[in-house]
Amino acid sequence: MSTFSQVFSEVGVLLSGPDPDLLEIVWLSLRVSLTATLAACAIGLPLGALLGIKNFPGKTIVTVLINTLMGMPPVVLGLIVYLMLSRSGPMGFLQLLYTPTAMIIAQFALVLPIVTALTRQQIEDNWSEYSDTMNSLCVPLTQCVRTLLWDSRISLLTTGLAGFSRAISEVGAVIIVGGNIDHLTRVMTTAIALETSKGDLPLALALGVVLLTIALAVNTLVFSSRTRIA
Amino acid sequence: MLPLVTKQLGLSVDNKQLLHNIWLELTDNHVTVIMGHNGAGKSILLRCMHGLIEPTEGTIHWAGCKASSIETRKKQAMVFQKPLMLNRSTSANIEYVLKLRDKSESLTQKYLQSAGLEHKADQPARSLSGGEQQRLAIARALACEPGVLFLDEPTANLDPGATLKVESQVISASQQTIKIVLVTHDIAQARRLADDVVFMSDGTVTEHSSAKTFFSQPASAEATSFMSAYIR
Ligand SMILES: Nc1ncnc2c1ncn2[C@@H]1O[C@H](COP(=O)(O)OP(=O)(O)O)[C@@H](O)[C@H]1O
Ligand SMILES: [Mg+2]
Repeated sequence: MSTFSQVFSEVGVLLSGPDPDLLEIVWLSLRVSLTATLAACAIGLPLGALLGIKNFPGKTIVTVLINTLMGMPPVVLGLIVYLMLSRSGPMGFLQLLYTPTAMIIAQFALVLPIVTALTRQQIEDNWSEYSDTMNSLCVPLTQCVRTLLWDSRISLLTTGLAGFSRAISEVGAVIIVGGNIDHLTRVMTTAIALETSKGDLPLALALGVVLLTIALAVNTLVFSSRTRIA
Repeated sequence: MLPLVTKQLGLSVDNKQLLHNIWLELTDNHVTVIMGHNGAGKSILLRCMHGLIEPTEGTIHWAGCKASSIETRKKQAMVFQKPLMLNRSTSANIEYVLKLRDKSESLTQKYLQSAGLEHKADQPARSLSGGEQQRLAIARALACEPGVLFLDEPTANLDPGATLKVESQVISASQQTIKIVLVTHDIAQARRLADDVVFMSDGTVTEHSSAKTFFSQPASAEATSFMSAYIR
């Protein structure tokens, strides 16, 4: 076991030169989490807006259900996706288990309720101001959804960010459906968990630093684009 | 579009009678001003006329068509007490309506000019001043090319200068033979704009007469006391 200062100097070495293994892990993390988040936004934004605008019987139940799913533990969700994708499961024939696609599916399912729930809340709040004018102009429902989404774009950016943060930082779901296979399904969080348990603290810590840096970069990007599109 | 005819119009919500026994006939393409105390039911009556609220009693028709039918509603436009600015540029607010009504977006400039906002075309609409926002809301409503324009206290929060600008916009719309139905508290404004006056009190119309008659000798006791409070 190395001392504290030794660990940090090794972290410095790891981060100073481009370590191909490290890059591969970082790239896969970004690819999986970004794809999952974008897919979740493609469905969750219009779905959430629709829920925020339209009144229908059972709306409260649907809303409570989605809000509950927001807090779904990733390991439980990973387990469900695992059962679906496992050889005897309903989607077993696709043979997706232990592939990056399986990880994308799991993270998509994790992020979708977050994006939908936050969007619904945001759009419902705005709709109380918009409803009179939209009704007066006889705007069709689908266009109301598009109008509200566009007019709420700045706060919805934060919604997307919340989804991405959840995806990139979770470990439970990807480790179950991806299996943390070296050079195939190893991402930052699963690598950190593994290296820590093996005692390779410098690599684990270096990955942690990269993860935080990515979070910082994404937040900075979103924040600066907020002011640009405002 | 005209005439607008309401017969025994009434509205109750949650066992509360908000409007009752309203008989009204608006015939001319002129400016009708609705006056009355706060809470008299002016805004609600406007919503019923515009077909946003279905009355629970009586009927309301525009040239024989139900007020709530979509064809009738598309021929009307309304500017609400607190007008909504879409979260985009001034010109995009106009373009939105033009696109919605399948009209050429090249008309944007014309409507911006009518509101005196051509130099603020690219500014976010929500950063406009109160008076400018009101003018944009009216221009946006006019972009629907309505037969009737409803205005709910359009100058309630504006200074005298801004008020006059809005009024001239209203007058020019009226000259383009758009029927104007305007709610106001401002008696001086009513005098400047009204061709006929509808006076409301406690959820019903107590008087409907020409502006000349109304301002010289209001028929109802409610209107008389409303006017005298203003004079003192
Ligand atoms: N949706 C509603 N449900 C119940 N009461 C309402 C509703 N909207 C308005 N009211 C009540 O109806 C009355 C008339 O309101 P309104 O038409 O806004 O008055 P005003 O003449 O000042 O425009 C008020 O007492 C108001 O509280
Ligand atoms: Mg009112």
